[in-house]
Amino acid sequence: TKLNFSSALEEERHVRANDRDYNERFSYADNRIKTAKYNVFTFLPINLFEQFQRFANAYFLVLLILQLIPEISSLSWFTTIVPLVLVLAITAVKDATDDYFRHKSDQQVNTRQSQVLIKGKLQNEKWMNVRVGDIIKLENNQFVAADLLLLSSSEPYGLCYIETAELDGETNLKVRQALTVTSDLGDDVAKLADFSGEVICEPPNNKLDKFTGTLCWKDNKYSLDNEKMLLRGCVLRNTEWCFGLVIFAGLQTKLMQNCGRTKFKRTSIDKLMNTLVLWIFGFLICMGIILAIGNTIWEQKVGSDFWEYLQWKELTINAVFSGFLTFWSYIIILNTVVPISLYVSVEVLRLGHSYFINWDRRMYYSRKATPAEARTTTLNEELGQVEFIFSDKTGTLTQNIMVFNKCSINGKTYGDVYDEFGHKVDITEKTPCVDFSFNPLMDRKFRFHDSSLVEAIKLEEPLVQEFFRLLALCHTIMPEERNEGELVYQAQSPDEGALVTAARNFGFVFRSRTPETITLYEMGQAVTYQLLAILDFNNVRKRMSVIVRNPKGQLKLYSKGADTILFDRLDPSNEELMFTTSEHLNEFAGEGLRTLALAYKDLDEDVFDEWMKKLLFASTALDNREEKLGALYEEIEQGMLLLGATAIEDKLQEGVPETIACLTLANIKIWVLTGDKLETAMNIGYSCNMLRDDMNTVFIISGHTMLEVQQELSKDKFSSGLDMEKTELYSSDSVFEETIIAEYALIINGHSLAHALEADLEQILVDVACLCKTVICCRVTPLQKALVVELIKRHKRAVTLAIGDGANDVSMIKTAHIGVGISGQEGMQAVLASDYSFAQFRYLQRLLLVHGRWSYHRMCNFLCYFFYKNFAFTLVHFWYGFLCGFSAQTVYDQWFITLFNIVYTSLPVLAMGLFDQDVNEQYSLRFPNLYRPGQLNQLFNKRKFFTCTLQGVCTSFILFFIPYGAFMTAVRDDGAHISDQQTFAVTIATSLVIVVSVQIGLDTNYWTAVNHFFIWGSLAVYFAILFAMHSDGIFTIFPNQFPFIGTARNSLNQKIVWLVILLTTVVCIMPMVAVRFIKADLYPTQTDKVRLLQQATRKQGPQEQNLRRVRRTSSRRSAYAFAHQQGYGELITSGKNMKVPTSSTSTYPLYSPTRGLTGTSSASICKCFRHQKH
Amino acid sequence: MKNEGKSAQRPDNTAFTQQRLPAWQPILSAGIVIPGFLIIGLAFIGIGIGLFLTSQTIQVQEMDYTGVEKDSPCFRCTIPSNLNCTCEVTFSLSTLFTGPVFFYYGLSNYYQNFRRYGVSKDYNQLTGDTRYFKSRSPEEDCSPYSYDSNNNPIVPCGAIANSIFNDTFELYQIINGTKKQVPLDGRGISWWTDYNIKYRNPSPVNGSLAKAFDGTVKPINWPRPAYELDLTDPNNNGFLNQDFLVWMRRAALPQFRKLYRRITDGDYAAGLPAGNYSLTVHYNYPVLSFDGRKKVVFSNVSWMGGKNNFLGLAYLVVGSLCVVMSVVMLVVYAKFKFSDDDDA
Repeated sequence: TKLNFSSALEEERHVRANDRDYNERFSYADNRIKTAKYNVFTFLPINLFEQFQRFANAYFLVLLILQLIPEISSLSWFTTIVPLVLVLAITAVKDATDDYFRHKSDQQVNTRQSQVLIKGKLQNEKWMNVRVGDIIKLENNQFVAADLLLLSSSEPYGLCYIETAELDGETNLKVRQALTVTSDLGDDVAKLADFSGEVICEPPNNKLDKFTGTLCWKDNKYSLDNEKMLLRGCVLRNTEWCFGLVIFAGLQTKLMQNCGRTKFKRTSIDKLMNTLVLWIFGFLICMGIILAIGNTIWEQKVGSDFWEYLQWKELTINAVFSGFLTFWSYIIILNTVVPISLYVSVEVLRLGHSYFINWDRRMYYSRKATPAEARTTTLNEELGQVEFIFSDKTGTLTQNIMVFNKCSINGKTYGDVYDEFGHKVDITEKTPCVDFSFNPLMDRKFRFHDSSLVEAIKLEEPLVQEFFRLLALCHTIMPEERNEGELVYQAQSPDEGALVTAARNFGFVFRSRTPETITLYEMGQAVTYQLLAILDFNNVRKRMSVIVRNPKGQLKLYSKGADTILFDRLDPSNEELMFTTSEHLNEFAGEGLRTLALAYKDLDEDVFDEWMKKLLFASTALDNREEKLGALYEEIEQGMLLLGATAIEDKLQEGVPETIACLTLANIKIWVLTGDKLETAMNIGYSCNMLRDDMNTVFIISGHTMLEVQQELSKDKFSSGLDMEKTELYSSDSVFEETIIAEYALIINGHSLAHALEADLEQILVDVACLCKTVICCRVTPLQKALVVELIKRHKRAVTLAIGDGANDVSMIKTAHIGVGISGQEGMQAVLASDYSFAQFRYLQRLLLVHGRWSYHRMCNFLCYFFYKNFAFTLVHFWYGFLCGFSAQTVYDQWFITLFNIVYTSLPVLAMGLFDQDVNEQYSLRFPNLYRPGQLNQLFNKRKFFTCTLQGVCTSFILFFIPYGAFMTAVRDDGAHISDQQTFAVTIATSLVIVVSVQIGLDTNYWTAVNHFFIWGSLAVYFAILFAMHSDGIFTIFPNQFPFIGTARNSLNQKIVWLVILLTTVVCIMPMVAVRFIKADLYPTQTDKVRLLQQATRKQGPQEQNLRRVRRTSSRRSAYAFAHQQGYGELITSGKNMKVPTSSTSTYPLYSPTRGLTGTSSASICKCFRHQKH
Repeated sequence: MKNEGKSAQRPDNTAFTQQRLPAWQPILSAGIVIPGFLIIGLAFIGIGIGLFLTSQTIQVQEMDYTGVEKDSPCFRCTIPSNLNCTCEVTFSLSTLFTGPVFFYYGLSNYYQNFRRYGVSKDYNQLTGDTRYFKSRSPEEDCSPYSYDSNNNPIVPCGAIANSIFNDTFELYQIINGTKKQVPLDGRGISWWTDYNIKYRNPSPVNGSLAKAFDGTVKPINWPRPAYELDLTDPNNNGFLNQDFLVWMRRAALPQFRKLYRRITDGDYAAGLPAGNYSLTVHYNYPVLSFDGRKKVVFSNVSWMGGKNNFLGLAYLVVGSLCVVMSVVMLVVYAKFKFSDDDDA
């Protein structure tokens, strides 16, 4: 039964620790990972099988088989097999290289070392040898080797810290805790080796945040959840060691289960190309049928009479059968109309374009040494067609760095710099910074420009001191001091970090904390405060407070929070200060800063004792504990005295407003999708210049029910006259679209979005949103981000791009046509899921407007030319069919057919596709509206396809009928006849090669040395090969394969042949030139204009370009910013995350300096807290 | 310093990687296109006039001798039972037909370019490789002209060789009622490469070419085996017979002419003088079954080859169109330019 069990789908997993024999019965996956697809032996069959699944390759295989049937074989087998083998080989080499790198990375991961407990001893083993049920030891900063059940750790209570950046992109530390029974095992190897618990748990799955199972050990059952699991891909932090039991290994780990095959993204051009190839295929069959019918008729009318000289067995049967055979013969010779090398050429081009992105130094971020990376090589041209950008905020638009920028203390603002005339000076990189050298514990990265604040500190102004004391005390940060004076703060929200760091630099250094105390260094003096209570932050309270007793024994409550909340709880005497501060807050908010108000209160000993008792009581209450606690907090946070306000800058990434302005000019709509709150999101909207005061209306939609949302949406739609403009917009010419109409912005909240995304409302949402210049969605979940992208994809048929940096952006990155990840951050999830990655948002401008535009332009020109070329080449056979009795006689030499696509004409068009620049990069960026044709899909669409194939058809017609006319009666200048089949073939082939070379010359806008080399080289190679194949030597070796001996010599020495070639070339090319010229004259596109301008300026010499400056003016009221989660308060006061054990194990040195702290004095309060928490 | 690690990641600053390769960026500007069209147009008109005038100077005498019409001299030869039929076609020249004069035979509605017909030969055999006299490579190409009914191998095999044009002609000038034969030169009428490289006779066995063909039979339609194609000139036999070589070079189009003889010798080196001529046709080649036509053509050549009005006219037309286009474009350009100035 066990065997059956293992082979069936796993329903439940049984793992017994230290019992390999038992676990092996289930044949769980071992810890070896394999992402590579092939090995040496399977490569050829598997790869060939995969390649022949592609339509084009399969088609050519069928052709090859057809060619082997002598009755219909109109072409030698080599005409197909040579290109086919070449194409297959190139693809196979590419696949093999990819797979080699996968093998290498697999190998690297599989051979990582880990310590495994085997036979009672810790042994070093490679990762791939770790089995389910093994106990392994991890050390600090090591990667977790498999999905483990945490057994014990070096930290008290079996806690251990992990960083899950690789899993979910979150960089803050997470806590995992072992079961008490197992944590007692400690690091005693003997005990661990004896551990024989059995885990029964869920089968492998990809849910990163869920785990259910039970541990059975010594007749007891313990339930297991995700809090006890260490998942592969995490890194152990701040924990010296820990032991874990392997539950899932290798490919069954949650990490690997999550690396499911990502959906293969294809560009719209790809899809169009497939359609077109099918059409061409249909066209081919039509031609085959026409010619087959022609053959049937010819056989009846003419061929059967020609019996004298053509006695064929088939003919004796009937003409219809002959037509049938002719159909297949023509399918074979006209096969080149379906471009065999199209797909492989397109891949080569895309690969090249990707390398250009990787190589671009202007997308290289030197500070983090991160180059841009094209992780997908199949989407490049779509970068030139983007219409919608969905951007994350934190880490993408902003740096996620909070900087303490300004403050208002007791009615006086600090932070601005004034020159000697009292004018405000713009702060730049060069503005001198305040010197904090008086403070040995300062953070060197901190910058502040206003020296008056330091002077105030040095003058020991009590309120200023109190202000920073508050900042240093009222928070939930954990300090870490690795070396003396090297403080690192572990903050839950970057805002808090910024505030405490500011306090630190201004001389109020938060140095260490225990559950009961906080130690500050106030201007170099260690001062320890007793921490009596943390009144923690939550979303309703929007404030947090601490109650401390200072060394003088005074009780103080310090509070910080949203101004609106805090102002309601101030002492009435504060009113005047409140108004001044309020003004300052407005001022700060207008600059896009995030603000907090600070207040304090002296507490009465009696009042506090009373309150404390109530608190203890409430905290043990069984029901409504939260509310009761909230009410109590509310009670004590009254009548506070205002200290001032802080202003934190949520630092934008460099160049974000400029980039957004530029992309907007390129008619790309940028939507911000953020998990942040409405106020924060709007703040950033203003600071990015996406929201402006001169906008007509900013709609805010934050209804909680379907009905509300609907009303809000429709109200906006109708009352504001959007509807009218909509009709205007539709009726107006596209030319006038650029003129700015009234500007609107839409801001929609997450809960409203949930309703708006429902089927009834989504159409309205799309309509309204698309008429707004700016759309900001805030408080959205990762899933909603994806839904919004999906919505636009569905309704607008536009190319979407999603850009983000965190795990919460992964869904949207995967959903959008193009996903861009911001790299260089710690989390890798977004980058791993993305198609392109770079370090800075501003590179997006270059990626789209330069690389994207070029890629699109190149790809479109490439495709147009490619189809043109193949039609011109192939259809000559069609025309010839009417003159050779529809006998599937080829016009050209078979070798020419073999080599035309892969040798004579492949490289010039590839060079064009790789290097062409219609407009150089400066102009591409200076004229963002050059991006428009890509969005409108103007450069390659079905119409374009028809035009270029029509051009091909015409060219083939001219190519055939001019030599036909000329050769009817032609003889050589020595009187010998010349109108033989071989001379005819050489003349047409030479004309064709020259015509398509001239055409690629016309299509090439940017003749680099490579283009010259390839174009002239191709012509030279053509003639070289022509003469070589028509030479005496090769004929004497293979008389049957090279029957064209001497034709090149005998025909190309004739003036008449060259006159025919010249005439053909001119007739094929001149109309094209004329049409292009007149078109550019009468209806010049933006590109034409810019090219002319570019040429004009090039003649005049380079000029200095004025960079576009974006000025930001705003008078927005900003608000409070905090983390969205409940704070760390509980963890701090419970002491769980402290390394200071209360009990016996004194092996660990006291973590924080306890100078100035009398251990006993806090004991009673400690006890209080214990009670409170239980 | 960390710089080393950083610079390793940093992309190279080369013109290639940064897409700054120096380049020539031509634009189809009015300054190039309009004069270009004009120059090409004028040049083409020039060439066209040259071609056309040259073509006019070329004399051509063309005569259909198929014998479809009842009153035509060769009508009687069209009756299939009439073997070894000879007919006589007369013509007169009013002026000197400047030499050298070339004598062509022409066929129309004749599909030498039919694929099956085209492949029906064996190049290995025709290079004189006697291994391929008995076998074929590939075997099926020559069929059904590969073996005769007794399963003897046919050499040269295939439809092309079998269908060789076998009418022969003699040309007489009629001077005062007497016929004076015009010498016809059949040497060197095929391509040099065909005669010297592509086609080779098998090495004579004991000095006899015929022995090399031992064990093979002649193509069905041939009156004599390959080694006896020209009884007058022993060197003009086998695969190196000039008429055979000319025939084997397949025509591209269903209407073609092939060189039969040159008139270069004796009294006629300067051309055919004005007067009456008589062409004796040994009528062997049936074409009526497929509605074909046979003709003889006398022509002289110029630097551009034979008479070819098409090319001259085509050049004239294309040249004129180019000139017209250049004018049209000039008008368009001027108009556009003015309107553009208005905008500015």
